[in-house]
Amino acid sequence: MFAFILRRLLLTLPVVWIVLTFVFGLIHMVPGDPVAQMLGEGASVTQVERLRHELGLDRPVLEQYRSYLKGVVRGDLGNSFRNQEPVTRSIMRRYPATAELAIGSAIFSLLIAVPFGVVGAIRRGRAADRFVGFATLLGVSLPNFALGPMLIFLLSITLGLLPVSGRDGFSHLILPAITLGGGLAATTTRMVRGSMLEEIRQDYVRTARAKGLNERAVLFKHAFRNGLIPVITVFGLQAGMLLAGTVVTEKIFSWPGLGLLTFQAIGARDYPLIQGCILTIALTYVVINLATDVLYSVVDPRIRYE
Amino acid sequence: MSEFFRKNKLALAGFLIVLALAFVAVFAPWLAPYDPAAQKLPDRLEGPSWNHPLGNDELGRDILSRILLGTRVSMRVGATVVLLSVIVGVLIGGFAGYIGGKLDIFVTVLVINSLMAFPGILLAIALVAFLGPGLDRLIFALVAISWVGYARLARGQVLKVKTLEFVEGARALGASSPRIFVNHILPNIIQPVLIQASIGMAVAILSEASLSFLGLGIAPPTPSWGSMLNDARNHLFDAPHMVIFPSVALVMTVLSFNFLGDALRDWLDPRNLG
Repeated sequence: MFAFILRRLLLTLPVVWIVLTFVFGLIHMVPGDPVAQMLGEGASVTQVERLRHELGLDRPVLEQYRSYLKGVVRGDLGNSFRNQEPVTRSIMRRYPATAELAIGSAIFSLLIAVPFGVVGAIRRGRAADRFVGFATLLGVSLPNFALGPMLIFLLSITLGLLPVSGRDGFSHLILPAITLGGGLAATTTRMVRGSMLEEIRQDYVRTARAKGLNERAVLFKHAFRNGLIPVITVFGLQAGMLLAGTVVTEKIFSWPGLGLLTFQAIGARDYPLIQGCILTIALTYVVINLATDVLYSVVDPRIRYE
Repeated sequence: MSEFFRKNKLALAGFLIVLALAFVAVFAPWLAPYDPAAQKLPDRLEGPSWNHPLGNDELGRDILSRILLGTRVSMRVGATVVLLSVIVGVLIGGFAGYIGGKLDIFVTVLVINSLMAFPGILLAIALVAFLGPGLDRLIFALVAISWVGYARLARGQVLKVKTLEFVEGARALGASSPRIFVNHILPNIIQPVLIQASIGMAVAILSEASLSFLGLGIAPPTPSWGSMLNDARNHLFDAPHMVIFPSVALVMTVLSFNFLGDALRDWLDPRNLG
């Protein structure tokens, strides 16, 4: 077990390095002069030179790269160009809100996916299954920037049930979590259904039924536990995708998290802050993938010996 | 093919809608009843009426005309992104799988795996945020995130096909490697690639709309469904029709490509035979 985790950790290192290098390279992709872009028209030469020096862009690229990597290790991502606040501090302040939203969405999608997926599998081909099939296809095709405003219109404006935006307690979390988690709920439902379909055809399920177990025990104690294994991987990978969706969802609901911060930083051309946000989201994604793999090996010991 | 559509009503519906969308995309400027950029401020936020069946937006522009022109943007971006991604992905992934060895390790382990370690849309957001907005950059960013999927698929398929007897036969007859790749391997791996391309259209159209929603896509006044939805956000109270119609257009388009792709996949999946 330990050896497996260690090997998996070592495999993650090159990915982290590539993520870091990519994020470092971003500012060099800006066409023209990034400093002039940030300051906008009408900036004086002294201003441009001063900012260039502050950002270290007047030094050789390799030296910039080295000091950037050193900074990341120390948790120093530079200062925001707009308000001079350390990027790390801005991010840490926003991180809990995004974590709350992402976890809420993940829980929402599991609450939908497990019952609907199981019903789809055991009622295969019947009306209930066809409904599940259509609903999941709709869920996959309905982007969060269409779902969110529709939910606001329906549940907040027309029915007055839930708040429109902001973050202030559980009631504020519901709509953003459904918006962000809708797609994940649909893909996970498909996975649960497909996986359960595979399992209920297996011999051990027939054995369980033959020895007279009631249907609920057969489904949930036997088939579901095995069916869960492939679902975990897909769910883990997809749950990481939630983080990318926060940029859109947090914008819709003015949810004060990392996604909204990224969006605002892009609007302000605050390049150090954008780099910090992208790096944080990407690294969180890498960590979630790592955790998924480890969890997978805990649930299914066969993985460790491959 | 006709048997396929007879068995798959949803796929047929998807196929017909895709055809209709292609028609609209080509002839949008002639189909649109108004100039999509023409502002009529006295009629701003007006609901659906005889003159404007889908209502007007915040600047008094006709929403139906904007949706029709938006179809053109979506289809063009989607088709360009998918076409370029398929070409780049199949060439890189296919060659890596065909040649094998160090090249394969470099491409799959380093390039493909690390690109897959990023959530795609975040990568696209990052690229456009730094490259700046514009149609060409948008397409570049979307190709940058989507070629990887085709590369991985093509590599896997090539690995499977290249050991088959007809490939060995061609080699024994003295065919060159590029010739074997183009004439013998490519036709045998193209089917799954096309299925993925159908679903890839849905993904590319959604990604374009996401970026336009964030203000990182097509520059105004060119209408895009994503930017129309962004405009609508501020008028949920007084003009909900601004959200509903572009959403319906987007969802219908994405659904029809998904229907088509899903049905093709099920149809060609040997596990579903019999």
